[in-house]
Amino acid sequence: MSEYSEIVMEHFSNPRNVGEMKDPSGRGKVGNPVCGDIMELFIKVDENEIIEDAKFRTFGCGAAIASSSILTEMIKGKSIEEARKISNEAVVDALGGLPSVKRHCSVLAEEALTKAIDDYMSKKTA
Amino acid sequence: MKKIYLDSNATTQVHPEVIEAMVPFFGEIYGNASSVHLFGREAKKHLEKARSQVAKMINASSSEEIVFTAGGTEADNYAMRGIAEALKDKGNHIITSSVEHPAVLNTCKYFEKQGYEVTYLGVDEYGIIDLDELAKSIKDKTILITIMAANNETGTIMPIDEISAIAQGKGVPFHSDAVQYVGKMPLDVQKTKIDLISMSGHKINGPKGVGALYIKKGTKLAKFRYGGHQEKGRRPGTENVPGIVGLGKACEIATEKGQENYARVQCLRDKLHERIQSEIKMTRLNGHPEKRLPNTLNIGFDYLEGESILLSLDLEGVAVSTGSACTSGSLEPSHVLMSMGIDALYSQGSVRFSFSIFNTEEEIDYVMEKLPAIIARLRAMSPVYPGDE
Repeated sequence: MSEYSEIVMEHFSNPRNVGEMKDPSGRGKVGNPVCGDIMELFIKVDENEIIEDAKFRTFGCGAAIASSSILTEMIKGKSIEEARKISNEAVVDALGGLPSVKRHCSVLAEEALTKAIDDYMSKKTA
Repeated sequence: MKKIYLDSNATTQVHPEVIEAMVPFFGEIYGNASSVHLFGREAKKHLEKARSQVAKMINASSSEEIVFTAGGTEADNYAMRGIAEALKDKGNHIITSSVEHPAVLNTCKYFEKQGYEVTYLGVDEYGIIDLDELAKSIKDKTILITIMAANNETGTIMPIDEISAIAQGKGVPFHSDAVQYVGKMPLDVQKTKIDLISMSGHKINGPKGVGALYIKKGTKLAKFRYGGHQEKGRRPGTENVPGIVGLGKACEIATEKGQENYARVQCLRDKLHERIQSEIKMTRLNGHPEKRLPNTLNIGFDYLEGESILLSLDLEGVAVSTGSACTSGSLEPSHVLMSMGIDALYSQGSVRFSFSIFNTEEEIDYVMEKLPAIIARLRAMSPVYPGDE
């Protein structure tokens, strides 16, 4: 798969932060099997609104797995406010680029993040 | 690292004997087969030998029924557009199946834009059309039935004998894209009356960029391109003599050793299938258990997406294919598996292992050293995987 960057292949081969999280502060699950990708992101947020841990599970192609993996690295240690600013382009850049037909995987990562943060916010206000 | 090729429905390794047969035609035998002089006559002689080798593979009554093309896609285009044009005064209805190769499906879409009516026959869970539905779909204005002989993704074989009988009974020309079928399965066109058959060299250990169209004597076919008088004016353009010689040789090998070779291929394929079934949970065979090409094994690994399996196998040196979303550049699941009614969640995790006459038992053992761990790793990552029950 020469169309994938080395960073994508490295994250695909050795994905970071894989798994389910018990009692997450926020959870975002996006995608559907018809499109070929389902991404589930878990975040643990501390009292200072810092994301202290992130985990993911992904059903999808190499780009989807790599996008979720790098996203967890990008958000760990960031405040909720900072994390909200992470766009799909930032994910693509961090991966050293994605083939154009795979860019939707980075969009999915951004959507999973937004959903996880929204989930956290709604729990907090509840 | 080991390099194991299990993607032979995509293309095959050229047979050493085919290479040997072709080499002189890149060198000393360079004449234009249309030239009258010695150089031309020499090329022409070998061109005609190749034509009879192709004719013999399908038991055509005359080698004149074989026209060389630049591959299977061109053969499909020539056959379909040739008929549609030639019979446009008779009608504008074409019947095909929903699981055809894009060479046929996209030609049908072109026809629709041109005002033709196309019926896309559905298939059952194994990928086979319903013969009654076919018979009922034929109208007075039907001018072509085009149904593949065997499917490239699943290997499922269509009932071409029965289809040809129905087509003949109604007097409708029958074209079959047999690119995956010929050379692997015996075909006798004097028994199975097909009017037009598309063939390709590189799926049967021949070279790329060369194929053939069988045109049964008496079949009306319009020109689809214009130029010189090559191929009796049916396919203008100076003949690709090296490629055609290679195609001929590949067909000769298939005629002489095809059954024996593919009986061995089938043993290897079945061995891989049995080991996958016994060593990996939650898998399914896509395609017909018996009515299937001897070299094709399409397996669905539940709760996974095919490309992630393909990539993982690629990292271990094993080449396979998937018709699913991500590899093909489109985001839709395989149109073949969708037509078979397989749920997207399961069709996404389908991997095609397609064998050639060069694969070995050791290669299968190597694949099974790697595959169970790959599946387990990816399933552990999958949010839809329910866990081992």
